[in-house]
Amino acid sequence: MKVLLKGLQLVNPDQGLNENADILITDGIIEKIGSLDSSEIKDVKEYNFEGKLGVPGLYDMHVHFREPGQEDKETVLSGSNSAAAGGFTGVACMPNTNPAIDSAEVVKFIIDRGRDHLVEINPIGAVSKGRKGEGLAPMLELYDAGAVGFSDDGTAVKTAALLRSALEYSKMIDAPIIEHCEDESLAGGSMNESIVSTQLGLPSIPTVAEDLIVMRGILLAEYTGGKIHVAHMSSKRSVELVREAKKRGVEVSAEVAPHHFTLTDESIKAFDPNYKMNPPLREQKDVDALIEGLQDGTIDCIASDHAPHNIEEKEMEYIYAPNGIIGLETQLGITLSELFHTKKLTIEQIVEKLSVNPRKILNLEVPQFAVGEVANLTIIDIEKEWEVDIKSFKSRSINSPFGGRKLKGKSLAVINSSQMFVDGEFHSI
Amino acid sequence: MSLSSNHLLGLHEVPKEDIQLILDTAKTFREVLERPIKKVPTLQGKTILNLFYENSTRTRLSFELAEKRLSADTMNFTKSGSSAAKGESFKDTVLNIEAMKVDMIVVRHESAGIPKYLTQISDANIINAGDGRHEHPTQALLDMYSIREKTGKLEGLKVCIVGDIAHSRVALSNIYGLQAMGAHVSVCGPSTMIPWELESLGVKIYNNIDIAMAENDVLNVLRIQLERDAGGLIPSVREYHNYFGITTDRIAENNPDILIMHPGPINRGVELSSEVADGTSQIILNQVTNGVAIRMAVLYLLGTRAE
Repeated sequence: MKVLLKGLQLVNPDQGLNENADILITDGIIEKIGSLDSSEIKDVKEYNFEGKLGVPGLYDMHVHFREPGQEDKETVLSGSNSAAAGGFTGVACMPNTNPAIDSAEVVKFIIDRGRDHLVEINPIGAVSKGRKGEGLAPMLELYDAGAVGFSDDGTAVKTAALLRSALEYSKMIDAPIIEHCEDESLAGGSMNESIVSTQLGLPSIPTVAEDLIVMRGILLAEYTGGKIHVAHMSSKRSVELVREAKKRGVEVSAEVAPHHFTLTDESIKAFDPNYKMNPPLREQKDVDALIEGLQDGTIDCIASDHAPHNIEEKEMEYIYAPNGIIGLETQLGITLSELFHTKKLTIEQIVEKLSVNPRKILNLEVPQFAVGEVANLTIIDIEKEWEVDIKSFKSRSINSPFGGRKLKGKSLAVINSSQMFVDGEFHSI
Repeated sequence: MSLSSNHLLGLHEVPKEDIQLILDTAKTFREVLERPIKKVPTLQGKTILNLFYENSTRTRLSFELAEKRLSADTMNFTKSGSSAAKGESFKDTVLNIEAMKVDMIVVRHESAGIPKYLTQISDANIINAGDGRHEHPTQALLDMYSIREKTGKLEGLKVCIVGDIAHSRVALSNIYGLQAMGAHVSVCGPSTMIPWELESLGVKIYNNIDIAMAENDVLNVLRIQLERDAGGLIPSVREYHNYFGITTDRIAENNPDILIMHPGPINRGVELSSEVADGTSQIILNQVTNGVAIRMAVLYLLGTRAE
């Protein structure tokens, strides 16, 4: 089958590409790029995307799809649908499932669950067996089964000794250790430690709980030569630590979640558990530092930390409600509204953070706009103004603080190989 | 005159006029409490629910007595721990009770923000009887009432709150309330017990009890929760008493005229020496009586407030 995408502005910083062109896709492979006329092509379905952006399919390297174990919150299928609706063609899913992704069987199970879907799913394996911090999970076996990185996300790797082993062991396969940076002994609160926590009387988590573990990861990566990736970075000091480490040549990378560069702990004054996540929302100085980190390349990626929870759990008392919010379907809109339309990042930088860099960190191929390549792209209407409606989410959960928020910029369609998601539906192409 | 809000969630941003009105109304009820018949018919026909998700004896009894003195019908609901652990969500519990048509809810909960949440799911007047470490407005009001009773004023007075400020729900309400009334508020305690950036609320911080006593007119001494020293905030109760405990020697040396208050119950030999506790017992027990009057005033003003 042939599909002609007309009028795109193709942007792929990995190819140094920014030009207007049409794309002809035949059976999922790019057949032609250039100025193309549908009347000269037989049996072609044409889409008019005049003035819209075509970028390499977006990739979210930090999602929680809850399967196996908590399928009432999300499944590989519902999460993948949510990803496609948000403009993503690939995701890396975190191993804090039940059972954890700590055996080849679970890795294969998840890949199998997502096999025929447009969205490519790459499991992250656990660093330790059962994420208990007591001994290494079978990392080589997990890698051979399809895991692309390792993390005990939800908590930091329990001890420095275990993290050292993980960094050394994973060097054999060049895979990153993705750290949830939080010192356990300083953790346990419900929000950031600041004047706001003092005023709200909520138990707090200081930024230094994050900074300590960021520093530990940097020092051990430097010592071992392994690769460390800082997940959902939220503090100003952590940005500075990663910036200095990168200058020294340490193999460190970092991601930030849209809520951390958009909201502050002031939002918690209404005691709405949809603003409760870990790491918690920080202060304006942290928000400013995170945006600076995105601008100068200290922070490589934007990732949602998509964390579905049931309504009844999020309706609990603030201190008991679980941490986390969903983000796949709001991430692109927030990023474009907060960073592109405010002129803080260029479109090339945004494509790097949302597509190119996460794939590079996980050693995945970056989709290319070239004849003979598999079609893998996201089509974005950068000027589209829309309002977030949590009821329209494809995710099985609705725990988002962004309901009702007005955003500018939205994914119109995603294509991966011979599947296309457009106008809220999947099509074979 | 009436209050500016349908609820008493805390003293943060409560106008001075409201506090003044509550304190003045409490004075009237304080007189009622001295009469042979201590009951007035003001809230007859109103139903008040005491929703206590955390253990409390004194505050709950004080509210219950205040409600009965005002002739309201009262119900008590006591439950501790997480709602989820008990199999029914907090929201469902409240909606069930709400269906029984209650007019006012007095709530205590270990999670900050619950009183505010209640205003979103219930039509009743909500009164915060302590939420987490957040606020405990009626306690602060009765402290202010007692201070005013003793000294004749609040404006310009120097009041220091002593003890574990970080884990106290009383401290913040006292700070907001006293500041609104024109008092100068400070705190004194070991630095591990002072909450983050408290000074940005315009509160002076002391780590030396002798200086704090010398520079203030009133000490409001909080109870040290004995189980907390295991949490690493202080090395031992003994060290706390040696460095922060109020003793007769310290009073004589630093400020013989200082007014010592305590919301009770007292740990004798910890925050107050036994002699000081005995010497101030009249004031402390009077605080308890004032507590009933303050709660009567709050219930009356909210229960009869014109919509």
